[in-house]
Amino acid sequence: MIRLQDLSFSYGEAGFSLEIPLLEIRRGSSVAVVGPSGSGKTTLVHLIAGILKPRAGSVQVGEVILGQYSERDLLDYRIASMGLIFQEFKLLNYLNVLENILLPYRLNPILELTGETRSGAMDLADKVGLGDKINRHPKNLSQGERQRVALCRALVTSPALLLCDEPTANLDPANRDRILDLLFQYGQEKQASLVMVTHDPEVLGRFDRQVDIRDYLSELKTTAL
Amino acid sequence: MKHVLFLAWQYLKYHRVKTVFLLFAISLTFFIPMALNQLSQKGSEKLRARAVSTPLLLGNKGSATELCLGSLYFREPNIEPIPYSSLEDLRQQGLARAIPLQLEYRVKQQPIVGTTQDYFSFRKLSFEQGRPMAILGECVLGAKAAQALNAEVGSSVISTPAGAFDVAGSFPLKMKVVGILNPNQTPDDTAVFTDVKTTWVISGKAHGHQDIGVGTADSLLLSKSESGVVASPAVLSYTEITPENIGSFHFHGNPENYPITSVIVLPGDKKSELMLRGRYQQDQGLQMVVPEAIVDELVDTVVSVRDLLLLAAISIGLATLLITAMVFLLSIQLRKAEIATMKQIGAAPGAVRGILITEILLVIGIGFLLALMLVWTIDRLGIPLLENYL
Repeated sequence: MIRLQDLSFSYGEAGFSLEIPLLEIRRGSSVAVVGPSGSGKTTLVHLIAGILKPRAGSVQVGEVILGQYSERDLLDYRIASMGLIFQEFKLLNYLNVLENILLPYRLNPILELTGETRSGAMDLADKVGLGDKINRHPKNLSQGERQRVALCRALVTSPALLLCDEPTANLDPANRDRILDLLFQYGQEKQASLVMVTHDPEVLGRFDRQVDIRDYLSELKTTAL
Repeated sequence: MKHVLFLAWQYLKYHRVKTVFLLFAISLTFFIPMALNQLSQKGSEKLRARAVSTPLLLGNKGSATELCLGSLYFREPNIEPIPYSSLEDLRQQGLARAIPLQLEYRVKQQPIVGTTQDYFSFRKLSFEQGRPMAILGECVLGAKAAQALNAEVGSSVISTPAGAFDVAGSFPLKMKVVGILNPNQTPDDTAVFTDVKTTWVISGKAHGHQDIGVGTADSLLLSKSESGVVASPAVLSYTEITPENIGSFHFHGNPENYPITSVIVLPGDKKSELMLRGRYQQDQGLQMVVPEAIVDELVDTVVSVRDLLLLAAISIGLATLLITAMVFLLSIQLRKAEIATMKQIGAAPGAVRGILITEILLVIGIGFLLALMLVWTIDRLGIPLLENYL
């Protein structure tokens, strides 16, 4: 369960602000966060990830209240329990496919890089159709392939929560569907929650629930699935 | 740590052109002052070593530096010679052993060192082949000289006339090689050693020619009297000293006035040294110098120049390091998105900073190692070149 309660966040005094009295997302459910550009969708995802800190209120992921964690514990928790996927893929150009997938293991000692992890990463690459391209660098991959690498990087730690910020925005419909299939398949297999920011009306039907960010900018609303 | 090192290395490997440029710049920054220091230090040591092993030098009054450089390193002396009688006078004082040096002539590029057999024991020179010169017209070659002249024991080398049109100058004497020295990485390696009297033959002060005694054809004589004869230029002079003609070699004039360049003076003790220095201090025509002091002055000058060059090299090095730092800072600016991604994913505190610092340290470290390797190479190749020059 993800629970955002009495949450208040703003960028500066006169900037945009977000007020969320209560938002609950059950474990294993999928949520699409929708709303116009600049309305705070990415901010919401970053608040759930603990990348941004709320001015007031709390974010609870499972049993953990993020605000009570130290910076170090929060980073450890995020890298071990959450998988992040970004619109621009954000791969490291100087690492090949396999090393990009294994990147979380090289960034934080809380994750131990073993032979098993490595073979798991190769299995993942195989599963998303990149098995024969693990030694390639991102510049030698198509857009769809890059996003699949980013997906593998998010999944390699087997996170309980997937936070995706418009991961299909730069993809053609075939690649978009492939990525979504993989995400939903993972969610079902691992009972992982999926929170995805999207603009694409064609994919909304696949989600258990839609959250319109504008609801939190205007009136108070409590929703639970 | 291994993951930080891995990521840093991957970054440098991927951006290899940039990395190579940085390595080159940093290597040079370290290399130039290090090499300069090394070369001047080794050069100074070499200069000093030979000077320290030569207690005193006697020579004509004039430039003490010229006297030292000529007598120690066989550079063409730009000093007036002294009469051979100076050596005899010194010996008669009984305070020191004396070894003459006559350095006027060459065999091609190799200096001819007219001296005595004592020189070999004094410089601790050992023979690879053969023996020391024993009679007029024999010579011993240093290791490099033998190589340069393509000579071996039993072969001959010919002294080079000072000039093609110098008909009254030095004599092209064919000298028999009787010994070759082991190399000892000093100017002795390049020299052609012969007896000091042989150098007088080269100078024309002594010579041998066909007999012009009783029964000599009148056409070979310019004049004839009861006290002697004057030979005409038609009389054949010998250009090689052989067992058959050695008896005909003779000196004209008083050998006491024959020239030598300098004398290596080996005093029996400190007191003798001080007495000799005191005696020659007042001499009008001669000077006795302590080579160590002269070379120290020279080294001090070299060191002053080196210090200036070092200062310049270090200034350029600092500027290069500043530019390198700027390159790294700009690179970090360009990698802001990458850095943000790593932090968002959950990079441990300090991990990203660690990667960036490791990249810088790797470049500086490898650059430094490259510089050390270059300095080592210079040490192996450059110092022998310097020795050749000296």
